[in-house]
Amino acid sequence: MKLKFHYIILIALTVMAVSCKKDTLEAPKSKLTGRLVYNGQAINVEQNRVPIELYQKGFGLVGDINGTAAQDGSYSFLLFDGNYQLIIPNNQGPFRWNQTGNSRDTLNVTVNGDQTLDLEVTPFYLITNAQYSANGRAISATFGIDQIITDANARDIESVTLFVNKTQFVSGRDNLKSASVAGSAITNPASVTLTTDALDPIVGNQNYVFARVGLKIANVEDLIFSPLQKVTIGN
Amino acid sequence: MKKIFIMTMSAALLITGSCKDNNYLDIDPRDVVPTDRMFSDPALVLSVVADLYQRQLDFSGLDNGWASFVDFSEAFPSENGSSFFVQRTNWGFGEWNTWDYAYIRDMNLFIERATASTELNAADKRRFIAEGRFLRAAYYFEMVKRMGGVPIITSSLTYDGDVLTLRKPRAKESEVYDFVISELTAIKGDLPANPDTKSRASRGAAFAMMSRAALYAGSIAKYGATTPTVTLPGDEVGIPASLANGYYQQSLAAADSIIEGKAGSYSLYRSLPNLSDNFAAIFTDKSSVNRESIFIEDFRVGTNKVHSFTVNNQPYSRSEEGADAGRLNPSLNIVQSFELLDNTYAPIPTVDGSGNPIYYTNQQDIFAGRDARLAGTVMLPGSIFKGAAIDIRAGYQNAAGDIVTNGNLPGTSTPSIGLDGPSDGLEFRTQTGFYIRKYLDPVTGSGRRGRRSDVAFIRYRYAEVLLNGAEAAFELGQTSKALGYINQVRSRAGLTTALTTLTFDKIVHERRVELVFEGHTLYDMKRWRLAHVVWDGGIMTVAQLKANIGSATKRNTQPFSLWPYLYQNPGNANHGKWMFREVKLSRVTGANTFQMGNYYSEINNNIISRNPEIVRQPNQ
Repeated sequence: MKLKFHYIILIALTVMAVSCKKDTLEAPKSKLTGRLVYNGQAINVEQNRVPIELYQKGFGLVGDINGTAAQDGSYSFLLFDGNYQLIIPNNQGPFRWNQTGNSRDTLNVTVNGDQTLDLEVTPFYLITNAQYSANGRAISATFGIDQIITDANARDIESVTLFVNKTQFVSGRDNLKSASVAGSAITNPASVTLTTDALDPIVGNQNYVFARVGLKIANVEDLIFSPLQKVTIGN
Repeated sequence: MKKIFIMTMSAALLITGSCKDNNYLDIDPRDVVPTDRMFSDPALVLSVVADLYQRQLDFSGLDNGWASFVDFSEAFPSENGSSFFVQRTNWGFGEWNTWDYAYIRDMNLFIERATASTELNAADKRRFIAEGRFLRAAYYFEMVKRMGGVPIITSSLTYDGDVLTLRKPRAKESEVYDFVISELTAIKGDLPANPDTKSRASRGAAFAMMSRAALYAGSIAKYGATTPTVTLPGDEVGIPASLANGYYQQSLAAADSIIEGKAGSYSLYRSLPNLSDNFAAIFTDKSSVNRESIFIEDFRVGTNKVHSFTVNNQPYSRSEEGADAGRLNPSLNIVQSFELLDNTYAPIPTVDGSGNPIYYTNQQDIFAGRDARLAGTVMLPGSIFKGAAIDIRAGYQNAAGDIVTNGNLPGTSTPSIGLDGPSDGLEFRTQTGFYIRKYLDPVTGSGRRGRRSDVAFIRYRYAEVLLNGAEAAFELGQTSKALGYINQVRSRAGLTTALTTLTFDKIVHERRVELVFEGHTLYDMKRWRLAHVVWDGGIMTVAQLKANIGSATKRNTQPFSLWPYLYQNPGNANHGKWMFREVKLSRVTGANTFQMGNYYSEINNNIISRNPEIVRQPNQ
């Protein structure tokens, strides 16, 4: 029998195509998304700082599926269908969530296809009505501070800071300029104004920046932010 | 017929005869020494304990490489592959973790077998057992610093089919410290009180470790109150504030024991008239003149136990190994922290009051009148190393005021940038304007890969014991005693005007400048609960860098450089003089961010899955 080269290729291709089908595991495809919200309003945090963990029991070793909230408080997981337990670990995030005293309880989540799950949290404070303006290359923000938790769990304000950055990632780690006031120096929480120094020139003559205000709560690691705002500046 | 009979008989005899000796094939292996024989000869036991010594864990060590010294903005890594040190914006929660229960098991087995041994003489046996317990205490101390409370296992565990009895929960953090202290108390009498015993456990080493461990526990108890979230309900992490004084007293008592000579005569090293050379020699002098080093990791040229610290960090212009040089560059942050001789803090004066550059005749004039430890720790521009001056020049400034870094110096064939740099991104030369001097071996050949260096790594030294005693006494309100101790350390460094008042900030400062690059930085900042304040992730400006020097809470997130330029303007009075500029290198894009979850390193999920009794660390 004469062995023809194109038969070999044909057979090899068939084998490869079939085996691909055979040994590749199915990828997770159910999408669990949501936001951290308070009264329907998104809680803004620092990116990569507020962890959200999922646990699934019954598969041997116990470990978390780890995700973090984005700047605007949104999160997403790509999962297999099944029963999960969701938790925002103790002391994480500038809010109280599903907790009695200091410890938090898990939330049972059943994933079956794509779904949206907003996590209702109670922030210690909220920044309201933030208005930004640019005076030359200096950025100002005027805003109010609303204390949400006033019972025995209330915390003091450590400081409030206006952060300005050239990209939309704005936080203590990512900023060009910032201006800060200590919590003890705030006399009228209903209207606080902060102004940064003039910004240095930005490469490419970018004529806009992003700004938001972060509030540091005493003994809480994560800051709570106001929504991100794009501010146009003079060159 | 007869022939057959004889043959059969002899075959039968042969077979039965050889069958008789059942042990014929049962021979002792030649490459494994049985336990009972091992523990019958002191020389053999020494080789076992040597292995346990070798496996000690240090935060920074000469044999775990230059990179273990470079973090925390006290230095810049001049190796482009290691730029992540200054580019990352956080440390992983698992950073610095350790969970080596195999090592603990080996130490427990060693202690058990040495105890069971009948053929060792009593003195040898006591010393070996004490060494085993010393090393076990040292490792538990290392664990509790990194992980908080861990399961305390003091005997070798045997699996008999039931895994549940082998699962031990985490002890309280204070219990681990108590264990370390009580072990050291129990064995100190069995260890030699001899200052020349440096690489094996000695009574001095036991007291020194006790003083450090109790100090750590005391400060965690006291300053832990400022970070209430860094605790666990079962006290696996965090120590109640009420225990602080007890620990400080134990720390002071242990320090006093060494200072009063109960462990042999230790003293500060004062052998050389030049105080900076004297300070550098503490780390290179291994003779019995050195009564300062208490417990060291020793090395020896010509054996496998040598290290590459000098190879990796020698000045480029004086390198004995071509481009293998210059990696660890101390930052301006640490350089400017060294006090002036009148006990005040000041930034390195690069500009005068109105912002004009100050011109210096010699490069080293800008550092004049400072703590002698500066030049003993850091190799400043123009320092002599191995017989010639190092050549640090970032370029020149011409009459028009332009900084020129390319070409040659005007009218010469000398390149405008020095042989040692600095130039942004030019690796293996200094990029901060400084090289490391601590541990750098001045012996010819120490910079060659074929020979390398045998400078010892000092784990415990007398100056730290004095500072431990000073801090403990200060926290207990015994200020005059504290001043007596801290002033000894300072006067050895040329700060001869004695302090008359003491503050917490001064103690933080003193430990920083005396003990920098000795593996203390992280643990000190952690126990004072200052780490999240000092490394808060904020970016730094030059103005911030130069302000508030000496404050314990000063931000220190990014390393800065100080670049010398030659002023070239013939006819001008300042022609040929030096001016300096602070520089933030382009690679320094990250800022050290210490999260609350970094205070205690993560116990990974595999460990927790295998033993559900282990509780997770807080804030992770």
